This record gives sequence, C-alpha cells and structure tokens, in this order.
Amino acid sequence: MSKPSKKILLKGNEVLSQAAINAGCGFFAGYPITPQNEVPEYLSKALPEAGGIFIQAESEIAAINMLFGASASGVRCMTSSSSPGVSLKQEGISYIAAAELPCVIVNMQRGGPGLGNIRAAQGDYFQSVKGGGHGDYRLIVLAPSTLQEIYELTMNAFDYADHYRNPVLILGDGILGQMAEPVELTKYRPIVDLPEKDFVLDGCKGRERRVIKTLLLQPAEALIEFNEYLKKKYAGIESELKLCQKYRCDDADLVVAAYGITARIAEGAVDMARDKGLKVGLIRPITLWPFPDEDFRAVAEQAKKLLVVEMSNGQMIEDVKLSIECSRPVEFYGTGGGWYPTSEKIMEKIESVYE
Amino acid sequence: MANNQTRIIIAGFGGQGVVLAGNILARAAVIEDKNVTGMISYGAEMRGGTANATVVISDEKIASPFVEVPDVAIIMNQPSLDKFEPDIASGGLAVINSTMVEDAGSRTDIDRVSVGASEIANSLGNARVANVVILGAFIKRTGILQPRSIVRAIDELFSTKKPAFIEINTNAFNAGYEGAKSV
Repeated sequence: MSKPSKKILLKGNEVLSQAAINAGCGFFAGYPITPQNEVPEYLSKALPEAGGIFIQAESEIAAINMLFGASASGVRCMTSSSSPGVSLKQEGISYIAAAELPCVIVNMQRGGPGLGNIRAAQGDYFQSVKGGGHGDYRLIVLAPSTLQEIYELTMNAFDYADHYRNPVLILGDGILGQMAEPVELTKYRPIVDLPEKDFVLDGCKGRERRVIKTLLLQPAEALIEFNEYLKKKYAGIESELKLCQKYRCDDADLVVAAYGITARIAEGAVDMARDKGLKVGLIRPITLWPFPDEDFRAVAEQAKKLLVVEMSNGQMIEDVKLSIECSRPVEFYGTGGGWYPTSEKIMEKIESVYE
Repeated sequence: MANNQTRIIIAGFGGQGVVLAGNILARAAVIEDKNVTGMISYGAEMRGGTANATVVISDEKIASPFVEVPDVAIIMNQPSLDKFEPDIASGGLAVINSTMVEDAGSRTDIDRVSVGASEIANSLGNARVANVVILGAFIKRTGILQPRSIVRAIDELFSTKKPAFIEINTNAFNAGYEGAKSV
C-alpha cells in the first residue's frame, strides 16, 4: 500500500458541519428536519468544543432571526434546514438581505410541495434563486455536487458572505446530505478579501452609534436609494462570481445541463454516451445565482441542442433558456416528487433527443 | 464489475447491522485510497423492518451512489434475498447468510457464496456480529479489498467509543473469511 490516505469517510451533512467550524463559524441555530439532521447533531457537539455556540431553536423562524442578531454582532453564523423549514425562514432571509448581514443558510432539499416526503429533490430552485422572501433581494446560491465540493464551498460561502455583506445559500439535497464519501479536510484559507466589519453592533463607546434596520420610511426616497444601491451591489456580484464547470463540451453536439447531485449522475451518462460515440458534454453551474449565463452562451455556440436534467419537473430550465436566449432547442428530463434520476435513464433520454 | 467498479447492496432486517457493515466496507475502501460512496436507505425504517445500505467501490470517479443493479448482494435474511435477487447483475454474486436464508434463489446466471453468519456469530458469543462474519465471506470470495484493510477499518471504527468490540468483530471477520462456501 502507498502512503496512507489523507481522506476520511464522512456524510455530506457532517462534511458541511466540519467545513463551517474550520471556516470559523461561531454560531449555529437550527431546528430538526430530515434529511439534514446530521448537521445539528454534529454541530451540537463539535461547535461548542471549537468555542462556538450551538442553539437548537424553538422553530426555523426563531433560528433565522437568531442569525440576524448573531451576524449583527459580527460573528460568522449558519443555519440549516430542509425544504419546508427553509420556506419558514423566508421572511427572516429577506430581512437579513435587507440588513446586508453576512450569514450562511443551508437547504438540503427534500420532496415537496407541502411537507412532501423525506427523499431528495431539487424543487426549491425557484425559491432559492428568484427570491423566496419578499422584496428585491438576491442570495448568492452555491450548488455543490460532491462531498469534497461541499467542504470547499461551505468554507467559501462564509467568505463570500463577508466579502459581499450578503447571505449565502448552500443548495444541497437529501442525497448529498446523506451519502458518505471520502473527503480531504484541507486547511481553511479565505478565498476573497475579508473587509473589516464596520457595521457590527458591539457597543458604541468612543465611536458613532450604528443602526441596523430594514424599515426605511423617511425620507420617501430612502428606500428608492437603498434599492438602487442594492442593484449596484448585485450587479457587482454578477460581474465577479459566476462559477461553472464544463465537462467534455469542446466538440459536443448535445450539452447536458444539471446542477448538484444530478450533475454528477448526468456525468456518468455523458461518459456512457461518449463510449457509444455520441458527442455529448455537461455544463454544471456551481453558482445558481449569479447564473453563469456567458458560459451557457459559449456552449450553445458549439452545441446543436441542450438537455436540462433536474430532480424536479423543470425549474433551472428557465434560466438555461434565458441565458442562451432560446438560440437552441432545450430538451428536459426531470424526476419530481423526491426521486432521483439514474445515469442509465439520462442516457436513454440523451439517445432519444440526440441528432 | 465493469470499469473496475463494484456496486454492492447489503440487506437484512433492521438490527442486523447492515449499516455498520456498509460503514466498515466503505472505510476499508478509503484506507486503500479507492473511490467509494456509501448510501444508507433512510426511509421511515424501524427495528425489525427491512434495511439496506449500498456501497460503490471504484478506481474511477463514481457518478451515482445509488445501486439499481448490484454486482454483489450481501444478504442477511430470506426477505432480502427474495427482494434483491432479481436485481443482481448477470454474472454477479449473492453472498448469503445461510442461517437465515433457506431458499437461496433460482437465478442460474449468478454466483453464490454462503456462510452460516448468524450461527458463527452465536458461537463467538454475540449474535450481532453476523454482519461482520458475512463481510469475511464476501472479501474471501471477491478479494476486492485486503482483509487487513477490513481489520483496520474495524479498529478505527471501534477504537474511540467501544474498544471492547474490536476483538470480537475481528474474530467474526476471520471466521467468515474461513467459513465461506461456494454454493
């Protein structure tokens, strides 16, 4: 045997939790829900040991509002839930976005609508990227597809949140949360500049007092100006933070588009197609907002057709069509209701739409 | 077992340790620096109900942690054999706990290896190690992992919380390794 592996076997939920600790998360509040329960389970022990605070809140709503307070005090903070629980948090998320408080929100999606089931799904795409709460705000939305990527993106999420003073959503699903895979827990290194937190409410002795609020009634123009400011901030994020991975796209006639666990399963189908001589590639958005539209346009210049695959009945497909301005036909294969696609089924769809 | 990829399902009733067996296998694969995914069925399971864990071990990247068509089915009881035998890949393998499986199935295009896992576990003094006995038979037959990797995985798993269980689990693995019989 060669040198011992640096990798250890963990579940996705555990990887995410350890990444949060390594990135210096000092506060977690959450309320239990399957399939993300290993997050609070892990953090309830490990976070206090690392010097942080863990709170099992009385509800999802309480948990997100605790983040508002924790973030206002300057600490890195996170909450985690699954679809119905994330719906409950939406009011608080809108307030946090309005207050420009950095924090990390995790959604390990399950089947919906309603209480749905406890299996994995990707039915919360719209809620995640189009604004699940009220008002003109945006979340940075990260969609990992392997456990190693959960580890890295979770650490990055805290950096993006601080850098842009904006909440960041990690959009996983029940499979990514529950599956186990070897992961190398690399050392945390900030991925962007971390500005001094000049908004923190930590006592104003010797300085001007600070106010964090989201109600802007007077003067009448205050909210217009604030929204103009937010618009510029979001445009800045859009110009800097579109992340995307392409696989075997260079000569592809058909490009499959998928995110998260679905992209990984689709990659297996792309390999099957290539083995049969079909020129098929994969494009995988890593940021769902901002959506990597230029990459999609570039791919569409080469490809004759796109095929979107989702664990839903079709949500990201709308952003794909918008990105390429409907310049190519966009086919769809989806599994709704808390069920997962297989590489074999995606391959069947590839063969049926390939020209 | 195409493309150096082995898709394994471990099935039994809740309490037979299929999750732990999957965990040991996956950890042993990590020790050998292989790619591996583990997925435990997390439906509304209960003690006495059916339980299964899937493990994919590969030298290549693994696309999906799910196993629709297992190359190997490690079967702890009769209902699990009845349920999963039809899914096994042609040319695949069923590893059977013969203590709890009377009818080893009718497929003629798969191989079978059996071990009296529950009986051996009882003779070792703990019925609960039948899951590790059957892993012994599986490793003996397939050789996809080194026996010493399994022993090390057992050591890692139990050393911090339950060191008293290391010895009996190691013995169970060795007994299964010796007791495997082709059917």
